[in-house]
Amino acid sequence: MINITEVEETNAMIEKDNLDVRTITMGISLLDCIDSDLDRLNEKIYNKIYRCAKDLVRTGEEISKDFGIPIVNKRISVTPIALVGGSACHSSADFVTIAKTLDRVAADVGVNFLGGYSALVSKGMTKADELLIRSIPEALSSTSIVCSSVNLGSTRTGIDMDAVRLMGTIVRETADLSAKRGVLNGDTKLVVFCNAPDDNPFMAGAFHGVTEGDVVLNVGVSGPGVVKAALEKVRGADFEVLSETIKKTAFKVTRVGQLVAREASRRLGVPFGIVDLSLAPTPAIGDSVADILCEMGLEYAGAPGTTAALAMLNDQVKKGGLMASSYVGGLSGAFIPVSEDQGMINAAEAGALTIEKLEAMTCVCSVGLDMIAIPGDTKDTTIAGIIADEMALGMINQKTTACRLIPCPGKKVGDHAEFGGLLGRAPIMPVNQFGCDGFVNRKGRIPAPVHSFKN
Amino acid sequence: MQRAIITVVGKDTVGIIARVCTYLAQHKINILDISQTIVQGYFNMMMIVDISALDVPFGEMSSELSEIGEKEIGVQIKCQKEDIFDAMHRV
Repeated sequence: MINITEVEETNAMIEKDNLDVRTITMGISLLDCIDSDLDRLNEKIYNKIYRCAKDLVRTGEEISKDFGIPIVNKRISVTPIALVGGSACHSSADFVTIAKTLDRVAADVGVNFLGGYSALVSKGMTKADELLIRSIPEALSSTSIVCSSVNLGSTRTGIDMDAVRLMGTIVRETADLSAKRGVLNGDTKLVVFCNAPDDNPFMAGAFHGVTEGDVVLNVGVSGPGVVKAALEKVRGADFEVLSETIKKTAFKVTRVGQLVAREASRRLGVPFGIVDLSLAPTPAIGDSVADILCEMGLEYAGAPGTTAALAMLNDQVKKGGLMASSYVGGLSGAFIPVSEDQGMINAAEAGALTIEKLEAMTCVCSVGLDMIAIPGDTKDTTIAGIIADEMALGMINQKTTACRLIPCPGKKVGDHAEFGGLLGRAPIMPVNQFGCDGFVNRKGRIPAPVHSFKN
Repeated sequence: MQRAIITVVGKDTVGIIARVCTYLAQHKINILDISQTIVQGYFNMMMIVDISALDVPFGEMSSELSEIGEKEIGVQIKCQKEDIFDAMHRV
């Protein structure tokens, strides 16, 4: 039978160390809503999402109450809209009507984000893909809870550089349009991927892949505070003890995610998809991945040794988590967003952390250059160049990589950008000022890489 | 049998167990096990209870218990279904 020490340990994790289930995300296929009439399409999308997700928030709250564990976010991901809207949308404005429908239904069912305003263009863009991408600035600055993502490359297909170049412009236009309208910077809700997973429950990159079933529940766990607290108890110990401690903690955290996933699946009558084993930080004090790296012995995240420490952390989290869940998927790894992690913000402000070091860190963890505020006057081609670099890391290393860069109009290095809530605040980070126009302005795509001779 | 864990933490005072147990009896909750310690005037108790005959929704019961703790006794009371502890501490 459970004893008092075990109960105290679990409750201390929840109360002191910010243990929570970060998100229950319901993936909903919209393929059966496809219609050539735009109004009918919008109506079908609204009805299907509402029918599937109307009890999601209430069920999440009930489970949270039963087990005494916070379930922070309830979210929805849908089939990439470029596929769903292809036959009805003849202009970018047509696509924006779908974004507004998604925003409305997400608000009506009470979720805090809906992802899937997306296009998958790793080898090339269809007309619909391009129209959707060009609609992103308008869509994200006229909606509040819709998230957008674009998959620009993969290990199998290479990188679509035409789309990379276009996204450089779209990212800048989204920032400019949001600033003009005085709304939240739309780039906080826009991410580009290489090797995007079909079952990611985390925003802004969640979409319901075409390989998935009709409706599915995915769960994202968290718990950087719990890992840090566990490591405080073994300060100065050798690497064996360090890795065992991370593994055991990740196991416990993931078991809670698995329990919540199974329970939500049973109560909602929707199949359980995957648990995403991620260390997802929040701006709350003590809920930071950077703090774990510091606890491992670094002065700041970004100091020499950071990539090794992060590689080890990420690997042990996976080893502990894999046994704790029957199905693992999504991004599964430590997240290193700058604005959403107080320890990362401190490191960037101290000058310990640069975009180049973050790029190196993304080679060994999920997911990529995340929530990085850059000067508002950064050129489109420079943004595209940074994106291309990050996509190349993913393509060659057969892993998911991503970019969520946020140009902040009117701001320069040394200023801060406030995004509010879970999105946090970020220092504007310096960007390499040398040009890459000649490279990114070339047409076509980078060919798929060779799959042997790995060096 | 459906089990839940009740934890009570706070400054020691007269009648903590009495008040909690009265509430449990009123709602047909059977106590299976109690362990309790007092360290430096701090009261720490865990009860394992059977809630299969519970006559109100679980969420309502746990909210009422925590309200009794906060308003009447001045302690923190939590009630959680046992599964979360089993999941975390048993392979």
